[in-house]
Amino acid sequence: MAKYKNHILVCGGTGCRASQGEEIVQNLGKVLEENSLENEVQVVRTGCFGFCEKGPVVKMVPDNTFYVQVTPEDAPEIVAEHLVKGRKVERLLYTDPETQERVSESKDMGFYKKQIRIALRNCGFINPENVDEYIARDGYAALGKVLTEMTPEAAIKVIIDSGLRGRGGGGFPTGLKWEITRKVEAEQKYVVCNADEGDPGAFMDRSILEGDPHAVLEAMAINGFCTGASHGLIYIRAEYPLAISRLKIAIDQAREYGLLGNNIFGTDFSFDVELRYGAGAFVCGEETSLIHSMEGLRGEPTVKPPFPSESGYKGMPTNVNNVETYANIPVILLEGAEWFSSIGTEKSKGTKVFALAGKVNNVGLIEVPMGTTLREVIFDIGGGIKDGKKFKAVQTGGPSGGCLTEKHLDIPIDYDNLLASGSMMGSGGMIVMDEDDCMVSMAKFYLDFTVEESCGKCAPCRIGNKRLYEMLDKITEGKGTEEDLTLLRNLSNVIKDTSLCGLGQTSPNPVLSTMENFADEYEAHVHDGKCPAGQCKSLMQYVISDEKCIGCTLCSRVCPVDAITGDKKEPHLISQETCIKCGACYEKCKFGAISIQ
Amino acid sequence: MSKVKSLADLRKMRDELQTKVSLREKSDNPEKLVQVKVSMATCGIASGAKEVMNHMIEEMDRQAIDAIVTQTGCMGFCHAEPTIEVTLPGNDPVVFGHVDNKKADEIIEKYVIRGELVDGIIPVNYETVKENKNE
Repeated sequence: MAKYKNHILVCGGTGCRASQGEEIVQNLGKVLEENSLENEVQVVRTGCFGFCEKGPVVKMVPDNTFYVQVTPEDAPEIVAEHLVKGRKVERLLYTDPETQERVSESKDMGFYKKQIRIALRNCGFINPENVDEYIARDGYAALGKVLTEMTPEAAIKVIIDSGLRGRGGGGFPTGLKWEITRKVEAEQKYVVCNADEGDPGAFMDRSILEGDPHAVLEAMAINGFCTGASHGLIYIRAEYPLAISRLKIAIDQAREYGLLGNNIFGTDFSFDVELRYGAGAFVCGEETSLIHSMEGLRGEPTVKPPFPSESGYKGMPTNVNNVETYANIPVILLEGAEWFSSIGTEKSKGTKVFALAGKVNNVGLIEVPMGTTLREVIFDIGGGIKDGKKFKAVQTGGPSGGCLTEKHLDIPIDYDNLLASGSMMGSGGMIVMDEDDCMVSMAKFYLDFTVEESCGKCAPCRIGNKRLYEMLDKITEGKGTEEDLTLLRNLSNVIKDTSLCGLGQTSPNPVLSTMENFADEYEAHVHDGKCPAGQCKSLMQYVISDEKCIGCTLCSRVCPVDAITGDKKEPHLISQETCIKCGACYEKCKFGAISIQ
Repeated sequence: MSKVKSLADLRKMRDELQTKVSLREKSDNPEKLVQVKVSMATCGIASGAKEVMNHMIEEMDRQAIDAIVTQTGCMGFCHAEPTIEVTLPGNDPVVFGHVDNKKADEIIEKYVIRGELVDGIIPVNYETVKENKNE
């Protein structure tokens, strides 16, 4: 039986495969055989190393040497030098751009490990249904420390000094919120966890609750101690059944251990948590709506002030924080404010979790320090755009955010930079779009969502967004006019300025930011009746080429509306009046005779 | 289980539990136990993680391999679900992606039993905050 002493890992990510990764594997195999090493060294293809700019990459195990920009022709040298003589192939090592020194191990490459997991520290590591594993990872130690060794004021000061800001999107300083709630005098106060994650394409909070539910419970108890609340509520959408079941298990286990309940850690502090289910309304992510929904009322926002910190659930001071914000709290209290504030940018500290989705190779859940650029996120961690297409835009902040383009790729991501670029942090959804995505349709998609989700309380949001949607629809149908474009912009600004809550105040952002960044695309729809991305069905047609069509009749048989006519072995024709542009014929044609125009 | 009454209690408990969990953190653990963690968040389960987990438990049981198979949360590699992490005694954890029953068999046969690597390894490209400092 072969017992391998060494392994050569070759990146099999899409980017590296495209640059001859497969040939490298084959050449290495060949050279190993020539040297009779095939039973001692194994070549293995791996997933993406997240280092695509320097690809293809090859990693030698067990000594962890990392070679970059390897070509198939380098195989003999790697085998002869590294494996036979035991010397590193210097010219293939990564050169640190700052020190100009060659770095051999990936762990020494600043470039390589772009992700730091703070909020996700236990996700994918511990068994979320076992409190023992959480405790073994220092779980509940922060709560113990705060309860027995600190005053509420001192703990709040740590959170303030850490610079932690609300991860739900707005970015309000968390410590300050706690302090405000603390200062209000009341018989009863409440601590709420906002787990009503509603942005399309966002699943950060769900993953944290499913992977590390105790972290949220611990942080809520700490919050209760700091603000003077004994009752915690988690508002979670009923469509997250696994998160709910794991939270329930976690709450039971914490109660059993006395980590929730009366006299926690032998002190006179008591705290318990209960779950409240939401029906999945987007507006209930807004804290006043959320509170009304928990009270059994309609999920509608009310004017702030008074803020929930002063008058919230049942008219009592209520501190609402988001799941990811809570997940950061225990670590900050254990590691200290200075440590946390050393990560990130001047005004945005720590890390942010993003749900990277869309047309990107490595779709996933990532956590990067604030200040990481979009380019690093999309091209290094995300492994670039799918199918070698061209990057067009990235949508951050969901229906409240905007799209960012090529020119924004090198901006360090933080709350303030994203706002300045016409988007926002939001809760962390990040949807990548390529050249095939039409920006007008994208804006329409989000407006469709907003129209559905508007609670209908205030007129600008209820009526205004509907009108925005209709105008966008008209434009994608090719019926838009120059006037519509002006109206679209004006109405957007009015909705922004006059809506009652965050939903309406931000809902025109997708329209405004696409109009700003892709004005030419709007004009192409309106003036030329063309959709440059080829996505708007009304503005395109399927056409059969007379030369390529052999008259196999397959297309006419799959057409659901009988729009295709023609005799056997004769070129066919699509009636544009009847065609519904379903694309069935296009997919079925074996001769590439049908094209989109 | 008794209640945690003080911070000292918790620390004692943590130290005891750590030796149990440390299999996963220390590579020089002498025990001959194979650790398998299956990423079981909604996304993983939707792509078939549950079946793979059951399959691995049965298969390793059948082959009398001394192993612990546990579930864990999202590892973040949505593009390669279901994902599993395998830690052989004395080795660093290795993450495999796109694991179906067939791939699971290959991993057991080649990696777990013979120590050979298998195509489809996912390089872990993040650091996790180190705790246990403020004692």
